[in-house]
Amino acid sequence: MAKAKAKGKAPAKKSADGGLSTERLHEMYYHMVMARALDERCWVMNRGGQAPFVISGQGHEAAQVGTAMALDPTQDFLCPYYRDLGLVLAFGVTPREVMCGLLARANDPSSGGRQMPSHWGHAARRIITGSSPVATQILHAAGVALAARVRGEDTVAAAFFGEGSSNQGDFHEGLNFASVHRLPVIFVCENNGYAISVPVSKQMAISSVAARAAGYGIPGVEVDGLDPLAVYQATEAAVARARRGEGPSLLDVKVVRLTSHSSDDDQRSYRPAEDLAAERAQDPLPRFRSWMESQGIWDDQQEQQLMIRIKGEVDDATEFALASPVPDAGTLLDHVYAP
Amino acid sequence: MAMTYLEAVRETLRQEMRRDARIIIYGEDVGVRGGVFRATEGLQDEFGEDRVMDSPLAESAIIGTAIGAAINGLRPVPEIQFADFIFPAVNQIVQEAARIRYRSNGTFGVPIVIRAPYGGGIHGALYHSQSIEAFFAHVPGLKVVMPATPYDVKGLLAASIEDEDPVLFLEHKGAYRSIRGDVPDERYLIPLGEAEVKREGTDVSIISWGMTVNSSLKAAENLAKQGVSVEVLDLRTIRPLDTEAILKTAKKTGKVLVVHEDNLTGGFGGEVSALIAEHALFHLDAPIRRLAGPDVPAMPYAPSLEHAFLVTPEKIEAAAKDLAAF
Amino acid sequence: MADVSEGLTPEVLMDMYYHMVLARVLDDRMWVMNRLGRAPVVYSSNGHEATQVASAFALDRGHDWVVPYYRDLALVLAMGMTPRDVFLHLMGRADDPNSGGRQMPAHWGSVDLKILTTGSVVTTQMMHAAGIALAAKLKHEPTVAMATFGEGSTSQGDFHEALNFAAVMKLPAIFLNENNGYAISVPARKQMAVPDVAARAQGYGIPGVVVDGNDPIKVFEAVRAAAVRARAGEGPTLIEAKTYRFVPHSSDDDDRAYRSREEVAEAKKHDPLVVFEQELREQHLLDDAQHKAVLDRAKAAVDDATEFADTAPDPDPSTLGRHVYHEAVL
Ligand SMILES: Cc1ncc(C[n+]2csc(CCOP(=O)(O)OP(=O)(O)O)c2C)c(N)n1
Ligand SMILES: Cc1ncc(C[n+]2csc(CCOP(=O)(O)OP(=O)(O)O)c2C)c(N)n1
Ligand SMILES: [Mg+2]
Ligand SMILES: [Mg+2]
Repeated sequence: MAKAKAKGKAPAKKSADGGLSTERLHEMYYHMVMARALDERCWVMNRGGQAPFVISGQGHEAAQVGTAMALDPTQDFLCPYYRDLGLVLAFGVTPREVMCGLLARANDPSSGGRQMPSHWGHAARRIITGSSPVATQILHAAGVALAARVRGEDTVAAAFFGEGSSNQGDFHEGLNFASVHRLPVIFVCENNGYAISVPVSKQMAISSVAARAAGYGIPGVEVDGLDPLAVYQATEAAVARARRGEGPSLLDVKVVRLTSHSSDDDQRSYRPAEDLAAERAQDPLPRFRSWMESQGIWDDQQEQQLMIRIKGEVDDATEFALASPVPDAGTLLDHVYAP
Repeated sequence: MAMTYLEAVRETLRQEMRRDARIIIYGEDVGVRGGVFRATEGLQDEFGEDRVMDSPLAESAIIGTAIGAAINGLRPVPEIQFADFIFPAVNQIVQEAARIRYRSNGTFGVPIVIRAPYGGGIHGALYHSQSIEAFFAHVPGLKVVMPATPYDVKGLLAASIEDEDPVLFLEHKGAYRSIRGDVPDERYLIPLGEAEVKREGTDVSIISWGMTVNSSLKAAENLAKQGVSVEVLDLRTIRPLDTEAILKTAKKTGKVLVVHEDNLTGGFGGEVSALIAEHALFHLDAPIRRLAGPDVPAMPYAPSLEHAFLVTPEKIEAAAKDLAAF
Repeated sequence: MADVSEGLTPEVLMDMYYHMVLARVLDDRMWVMNRLGRAPVVYSSNGHEATQVASAFALDRGHDWVVPYYRDLALVLAMGMTPRDVFLHLMGRADDPNSGGRQMPAHWGSVDLKILTTGSVVTTQMMHAAGIALAAKLKHEPTVAMATFGEGSTSQGDFHEALNFAAVMKLPAIFLNENNGYAISVPARKQMAVPDVAARAQGYGIPGVVVDGNDPIKVFEAVRAAAVRARAGEGPTLIEAKTYRFVPHSSDDDDRAYRSREEVAEAKKHDPLVVFEQELREQHLLDDAQHKAVLDRAKAAVDDATEFADTAPDPDPSTLGRHVYHEAVL
């Protein structure tokens, strides 16, 4: 199943399971399903009037979990963007923490309720706080990698962004800087073909963001982002290259956006119904499940148990967040400067 | 005809585009989707893809290319999706658009109108809530327009489009749907640099611009019931600035409250206050007061924190009442 | 396929040569003025003349736009700026057509010559060229806009955004990179991890062309081909002219700190003036007498410009506040 079309250096040949143990494959699936279930709950809370804003990772789960699992949560750093629920879950952020972020509770680890939901950040999990202006995090990742090199650490920094954001000047400056200095960083473009309503054909005159790598002398790899194993393998190769001191890589991970851009958007106003149905049919979750079944490492009973477990955790997270305190208005002036 | 602030933006754009074929609109999601706030809804259908274009997600490019297009004879009206995302384009706005006339000794000009939704109170958090006017009001060569009402939107937007210089046209997101008012069908212009007394009064002058004018009017109405007569001066454009109108109201009531949503320190209220202190000090019966957002980097998301940040009619009312009693 | 060297008649070749020589002589004189304390700062086109003059000649001058940068003395001369204009600008005189003495020298701009005013912040001009091209396209005019810039400037975000914008909208723009290998003291290898700026074109789906910037005919052909493509509605081209700057970055710079004399001497062997002179001699378009005539003519023009600017009036201090906004013509 795993296939990575490589431009530049090809990833090392691997078996179909990417060299992952059954246990790790189950873990992979768990994170994907958890990301989906939490995401769906977020929408329920939004429609129920409890969460003013939701922005989704649905359709991106395989890409996000696949990359996360090829990174090392004990030494690598993430510079994610708002779609990266699956990524941060796989890096150790808990469903409770996610829900506290959604509901802007005082104990939201990202920002204590200051930022909009999905503006991930978690010091203990090595997830660097991100903002809303797109593509700024690409430069931060390059800087993190620079520091790691100067400090002699084996850290890799990973930046995540959409294909629309790859048109920002910061994308260019970040990739150029990292490639000149051969920094240990991977740039992961989660290419879902749309920037809100604007299709990629109006964003760039090329069919693959990976083509941009040629301008920086680094590998640019197109990856099937609906296949977590393909993503895992491509990421693993890029991470290994980074750790060897050979510099950055650009991954163009093709995914689907199964929801509207956010809860403030309705994609039916700019995308034909057939396209939406076609994307739905490409959902990475059932695809991975049936692959595991074909390998004899997953069955209905396991699926059922997983669903029960996930629902329990999502319920728990929701209840926990609902019962958590909102930020005290008296803290408004806190944290403008260091204490 | 009664319409919302948002409709006033859209209908003015439509009327202007019908009148002047040089006008083009572009930005992120302004085409098929009609803008994330629907300010350009239907315009691509009417004027075609050449005049209403979705651009790549790159603000510096949006403004930088608008500069070139203006110099080559068009009247671009680019949209920045949220005022908060204008910062990647600051170099093009401040160091290029606003400076090109001066640096070329008057031979080149950049007639563009940059529309950007600003302001908070809409659960937009730190990056979808900012009031950015003070950064730009500091820049000679640029004009900064901040209408409060649908009527003013129309007259000021048309005047901005006719203007030969770059204009930053800031529309308050909170006003889009909540503020309604009468807007005549026919075209009219409101000159940039003319403030308007939106309510006459004798005890206290509130000076404001943009959305907080509406909040100030609400406060003034409540205070009237309590026997406090408040004058509300709407600056409408903060550069050029109607200094005469400011001094006139200050001298009239002798008590001035300057109100803005942007944070206090270095905010435009400081400029208004300094002007009064310089030119009308001996007409004052109380120290000038400023009511503004607190000095935190931007507006937080959690409703408790967002509310604590906002400059509400209640806060304005309390401040004005306090001042009246001085 | 149009013949891209069409129009390169002997007269045109000689005219190109004259402009290259003129730029060099003028440039040398500017340094003299600087060392005499008469011009606070100088930026040179010294070494870039073939690229600049040939690219201008390949355009439809008077109709197409150029959006230059500070290095482009030879380019603006070829677009029609006079030595007097250049010297008025150098000395910050009131009649400087570029800025009336407001900008530093080498900040070109002229409405009449279709040279867009330029600032000091590098790479902003690429956007403006894209914008001019956008207007041309929407107005259905056959205008081409050409931006020039150094290789160091290609590290700026504006480079990326401009190329992407022009490519996706298929705009009639030409992006001409004058790659002299240095951004002040920083060599290109510290600026980018690729040997050729042209490689970046792949990221935008447009042609990226490398040419020998010391060879005016090669440059002419490359720019003409790009202009033909642009006018045909096929979109922008990125051209990288490999060149060298023979003098320090500016009169405030001392290049001995970052490059060896041997390196400079080696580069000078390919001095575009020498290369082109030889070419013209081989084609029997130039002999010693003609060569001398060209030099004399350039020198006379430069002498005249120096004297003219020397006695020209300075800007009146009372004009400091003018042209911040449009001034209605009364
Ligand atoms: C600098 C900046 N400009 C505009 C926006 C508004 N905005 C938020 S997301 C988005 C689209 C991003 O598209 P893409 O990069 O493809 O990511 P996707 O959402 O598709 O994953 C836009 C325009 C922003 N956040 N930042
Ligand atoms: C944005 C910006 N940063 C820094 C500078 C200072 N600066 C002026 S020229 C220059 C080097 C430009 O090098 P390059 O683009 O290669 O052009 P060259 O001078 O070599 O022709 C620098 C760093 C500037 N003008 N603008
Ligand atoms: Mg996208
Ligand atoms: Mg250079």
